[in-house]
Amino acid sequence: MPQSTPPASAYDLAHESEVESLATFALLVDNEAGVLHRVVGLFAARGYNIESLTVAETDRRAHTSRITVVTRGAPHVLDQIEAQLQKVVSVRRVQDVTRDPNGVERELALVKVRGTGGDRVEALRVSDIFRAKVIDTTSESFVFEITGAPSKIDSFVELMRPLGLVELSRTGVLSIERGPEAM
Amino acid sequence: MTDQKTATSISTAVTAQDPTLSGAEMVIRALVDQGVEVMFGYPGGAVLPIYDALFQDNEAHGPRLRHILVRHEQGAAHAAEGYARSTGKPGVVLVTSGPGATNTVTGIVDALMDSIPLVVLTGQVPTHLIGTDAFQEADTVGITRSCTKQNYLVKNIRDLPRILHEAFHIATTGRPGPVLIDIPKDVQFAQGHYQGPDEVTFGHGYNPRTKGDAARVAEAARLIAGARRPIFYTGGGVINSGPEASALLRRLAAMTGAPVTSTLMGLGAFPAADPAWLGMLGMHGTFEANNAMHDCDVMVCVGARFDDRVTGRLDAFSPGSKKIHIDIDASSINKNVRVDVGIVGDAGSVLADLIEAWKAGGYQPNRQALDDWWRQIDTWRARQCLSYRTGDKVIKPQQAIERLYALTRDRDTYITTEVGQHQMWAAQFYRFQEPNRWMTSGGLGTMGYGLPAAVGVQLAHPGSLVIDIAGEASIQMMTQEISTAVQYNLPVKVFILNNEWMGMVRQWQALLHGERYSHSYSESLPDFVKLAEAYGAVGIRCSDPAELDAKILEMIDSPGPVIFDCRVEKNENCLPMIPSGKAHNEMILPDDTQDIGSVIGESGRGLV
Repeated sequence: MPQSTPPASAYDLAHESEVESLATFALLVDNEAGVLHRVVGLFAARGYNIESLTVAETDRRAHTSRITVVTRGAPHVLDQIEAQLQKVVSVRRVQDVTRDPNGVERELALVKVRGTGGDRVEALRVSDIFRAKVIDTTSESFVFEITGAPSKIDSFVELMRPLGLVELSRTGVLSIERGPEAM
Repeated sequence: MTDQKTATSISTAVTAQDPTLSGAEMVIRALVDQGVEVMFGYPGGAVLPIYDALFQDNEAHGPRLRHILVRHEQGAAHAAEGYARSTGKPGVVLVTSGPGATNTVTGIVDALMDSIPLVVLTGQVPTHLIGTDAFQEADTVGITRSCTKQNYLVKNIRDLPRILHEAFHIATTGRPGPVLIDIPKDVQFAQGHYQGPDEVTFGHGYNPRTKGDAARVAEAARLIAGARRPIFYTGGGVINSGPEASALLRRLAAMTGAPVTSTLMGLGAFPAADPAWLGMLGMHGTFEANNAMHDCDVMVCVGARFDDRVTGRLDAFSPGSKKIHIDIDASSINKNVRVDVGIVGDAGSVLADLIEAWKAGGYQPNRQALDDWWRQIDTWRARQCLSYRTGDKVIKPQQAIERLYALTRDRDTYITTEVGQHQMWAAQFYRFQEPNRWMTSGGLGTMGYGLPAAVGVQLAHPGSLVIDIAGEASIQMMTQEISTAVQYNLPVKVFILNNEWMGMVRQWQALLHGERYSHSYSESLPDFVKLAEAYGAVGIRCSDPAELDAKILEMIDSPGPVIFDCRVEKNENCLPMIPSGKAHNEMILPDDTQDIGSVIGESGRGLV
């Protein structure tokens, strides 16, 4: 269909005029078989993106896990994602971390850099600036462990790329709210 | 009691005194404790222990829990839907693993789309065989995860009582929907302690909101009171909320003086005989309903979801109105159409609050503005959008429905349909006065829904007249269920509008594809009269308009199931119609002279 025509039906719900942004949702879910599939399946079935996803049990006694999912969309789409997540029976709570001023987001990455000579020295120096830890070294490589906001990790990775970045492993975003209250 | 033919000695029956029960016995016991009287199913290897427990329960207690043996598992799901829709109670399905489970999937999706409470029990291969590609193994919970409100694989007998009761709770509360429980065969044999509905602790944080926010309700009442051109747009949520919601809707409509239109799923919540009724809205809705939606200044949507079949072109949908949306599902609000006042809550509860808020505010409708509004509506009504021409040679499909309505209106009648042109004609011409009288597949549009649904309705209402308004193509997707009707002496009437075409497909091919009728002709049709007789039902054929009334009465007066082959005009289009990609005020009307193949533009062609 020609792109110039205005949205004509529910099939054209793209809302191109709206600006897309990243959003991080923290979900407290019942820790049961298939719960991750329910969440991921919802995203797939309704055509939402998943930029990153983390999941682990967080309270054995209460039988709950925490899922942190980073997605992208216009404000209207993000509202709909939140409402759809809230509808899932196994989802106990949904928190929009990005739009919460008290939301904190962190990510951990393991970064393997291969090189010798000046590049190797420079990599170590940059890692020091970023307060990354060296967790493995050989005569021609380092493995760095770095934590921080996703943007910090992005910068680190970009600096490492010309210095011999060979492998990258990221956890995806984790989040929590500042202050004494629990989710 | 014809349900069981074999006579074996009674072994242990399920009684309240048993300290432990098998998983299979627990299933039966839980169904009885949940007040289930009828279930629909089909036995198979992985579900035999439950069928055995059912047999023994029936031996011990009589048929307190009836099982209706369908001919195809999809039929079981639709029958349960019909039962649920016509009673407000959950429908229960019992099928075996693998193909038994996969055959129910269409019915489960149908129930999800139309918010019908179902509890589907599927057998599964024993837990130690799960994942080995065992005989009749399928990943039932995986397959149905996205098409159920909730589903469970029961791996331990300890969890079974809780899950059974939780399933009923989840299926019937909030926005109703299907819940599936997959029970491996070894869990059916395992012994455990049964707990009743009041003894179990639910494992989820599930707690749907039913009470609307008071401030928003007050805001809604204020908006309605200030309206000059108000309209109520109501949906299946009003039916699902129960008969009280329909009564409240009638009261509120009378208090406010506003016209009422409804979606396909909402027909019957507001009486068609009421002068404030505008008929159905949407793609095949009336000219007056759609124009009133387009021109209104305050729209009150109750239990409907702004489906694409209702809104037409979104950017031209009711452009000048303030919109109030009452829905129990928060994700339905602002999904397709942004609204000004969204109220999350049960339709009945919010309508009651709205009436109170109206009284508390001392509001009176703006009579002068309403008079102008009604005068405008009367000019739309004068357009006679449902008019059609009759002749003495051929029965018009609209005429068949109108005569069917005229001859059944004074009876206790329930109508189901299949999907297609006949469904839309039924919605346009059969005038529903009460809720729960109309069972149709709205969201999913499942051909084959109507006959099994009629079976379910007839079981719930044995003395009533239950008619499946069908098409000759749709009916062939579930014809086998006439055998179920015959077995259980269910006098359902299948009223086929036989035009020898998949009429709606043909109509769209005429509209969009240059009259190239690709595979939409119903070739090699069976002789429906002989087909009925082969099943032990009565077959009636009518093609003469002069005989129509007499033949319809013959059908009604037949004590058993009937298949009525009503031969109708072959090329009739279902009008009026909002062509895809067009707005509510751009309908095609029956007396339009323009070429039907030229009304949909290039951009509308890609839409469904």
